[in-house]
Amino acid sequence: MNEIKQNSFKTMPDENGRFGIHGGRFVAETLMPLILKVESAYNEVKTDPDFNAEVLYYQKHYVGRPSPLYFAEHLTKKYGGAKLYLKRDELNHTGAHKINNVLGQALLAKKMGKTKIIAETGAGQHGVATATACALFNLECEVFMGAEDVKRQKPNVDRMRLLGATVHPVTSGTSTLKDAMNEALRYWVAHPDTHFYIIGTVAGPHPYPEMVRNFQSVIGKEAKEQLFEAEGRLPDALIACIGGGSNALGLFYPFLDNTDVTIFGVEAAGQGLDSGMHAASLTGGKPGVLHGNRTYLLQNDDGQIVDAHSISAGLDYPGIGPEHSWLHDVGRVNYVSATDEEALVQFQLCSRLEGIIPALEPSHALAFAAKQLPLMDKEQIVILNMCGRGDKDLETVLPKLDERGLL
Amino acid sequence: MSKRLAASFTKAKKENRGVLGIFVSAGDPDTNTSIKILDSLVKSGVDMIELGMPFSDPMADGPAIQAASLRALKSGMNLKGSLEIASQFRKKHPHTPLILMGYYNPIYRYGVELFLRDSQAAGADGLIIVDLPPEEDAELCDLNQKSELDFIRLITPTTLGDRLPFVLEKASGFIYYVSIAGITGTKSAQMESISSAINRIKQVSDLPVVTGFGIRTAEQAAHIASLGDGAIVGSAVVEIIAESNAQNLTAEKTSEKVSDYTKSLADAISTHKPQ
Repeated sequence: MNEIKQNSFKTMPDENGRFGIHGGRFVAETLMPLILKVESAYNEVKTDPDFNAEVLYYQKHYVGRPSPLYFAEHLTKKYGGAKLYLKRDELNHTGAHKINNVLGQALLAKKMGKTKIIAETGAGQHGVATATACALFNLECEVFMGAEDVKRQKPNVDRMRLLGATVHPVTSGTSTLKDAMNEALRYWVAHPDTHFYIIGTVAGPHPYPEMVRNFQSVIGKEAKEQLFEAEGRLPDALIACIGGGSNALGLFYPFLDNTDVTIFGVEAAGQGLDSGMHAASLTGGKPGVLHGNRTYLLQNDDGQIVDAHSISAGLDYPGIGPEHSWLHDVGRVNYVSATDEEALVQFQLCSRLEGIIPALEPSHALAFAAKQLPLMDKEQIVILNMCGRGDKDLETVLPKLDERGLL
Repeated sequence: MSKRLAASFTKAKKENRGVLGIFVSAGDPDTNTSIKILDSLVKSGVDMIELGMPFSDPMADGPAIQAASLRALKSGMNLKGSLEIASQFRKKHPHTPLILMGYYNPIYRYGVELFLRDSQAAGADGLIIVDLPPEEDAELCDLNQKSELDFIRLITPTTLGDRLPFVLEKASGFIYYVSIAGITGTKSAQMESISSAINRIKQVSDLPVVTGFGIRTAEQAAHIASLGDGAIVGSAVVEIIAESNAQNLTAEKTSEKVSDYTKSLADAISTHKPQ
């Protein structure tokens, strides 16, 4: 199938929003005119210098970009192999990479004359980032969140409310992230004139996967420059965790055509790939159609979507961005996985050795780094995306660390 | 157009009324009750059945039909089972058109070609695949050219502009006008807006136009059916099934309750003549 040699991995998607067989616009007719409008509006601003300057302005002065690229000396020593650099996106305002994308989309929404914003959220990080941007730009904000997650993530719900957002608990389906996304889409369809839907990851109907990737690519662009400054060369490998996959694609995208750079995407293996309780769509799923795009999905033989399981709410999604599915199919990125247990160990280790409390999501990336770095030479260099900070996870993690005698 | 659909529209036209289409989810709340409900629908004067093939994530549906889907899935229904129900229906009811409605993923997993073959063999007359818009439908429509299954298009209030001719290009059977911007079973549309939308569609297409979404009362159904070529009612029917299921009613009692309601719709439509 892949006999044609890829000249560039950066030409996707095509004009129909396809990444190979993945991506596309599989939405109800009720939604189609809305996403076509977003697409044409985005195409207009994509190369507009004024728009991009405005995005850059907020990235610098509001988010605090560029985020540092930090040589993690102690973890490097502990893992005993290649040099580990952490891209510190957990230092962004609101504590994760999510804000990079949200600011871009909120500015686009304003440009389109929209006054109200819709967002879905799982753990609440994207919801908080969206509520933040809405406060900043004086937009009304409505966040859809699974009723189960509303209970589990109370501090984030409180933050969103303080920022002025309305949080809608979603009780349909299984009351989780996928249902929150269904409900956000349903709500959008019913409010086509006033609302803009800010999707939080590189998934959904075209143009969202492309748009979110482009807004997040600032991560990889900076990392590339910063490593040149520090080491005068490209890294040998990149590592990032993947739920929907926006932080990963943000780091990977600027390196896709540097084919000497080996790339690893780390999915959540939950309680183990054989347990059936995981969120590894590429490793354990099959291509299918959900939320407007074709991509690898966790599903049963009848094509019904199966719930994902991960200790990390941010990775707990039964799908993955379509560009990842394509990069998997063409073999440019290696998709691997890490379990809940492995992530927990790294959560504690990184806190102790580097004084950085990582979110559970990048703890999965660390878990793979712990296995991969020792296999590499000491001269080799790896960049890992530290895409979020772990304060939000303490309630989940602390009792578990206590049980394991790691506190 | 499928022969059964054509005959159904012709018959209604002769009687100077619109057609009545009813949506139910296959296997809701279980296979046995579902089959009894379908039988009772035909007996109550329903012209056309829209049989939902349940999906875990029905993006365009409101709470009532979402719940119906989940009830059916919980009882073990799947795509194969939905086709079996269709096939049993066809054996008993040779004339009533049956439209299969669903989302693309179960069909994609089943195999598009196999699905087209099996749904024809089951005696279906048409397909509504909610999340397969014209931009994406080639992978199914190209394979469907040889078959007699009609590919029924949804038109929404937001489609009515420049996009209309494009959406109608490959439409066949009839046109399903989604009368509100929104999901099934929620708000209801204004009659004037429906009327002007139908007129707009009729300028572009010769196909019958049937209106759905948000129709609850017999009066609404009758009025809306009279504006075009028919009306489809779904959520209101499915809610009766939900209620009966919650009360643990027998299959007979449930189908009786459903058909009491659909008969009231059919009666209203046949006495409310188009202007």
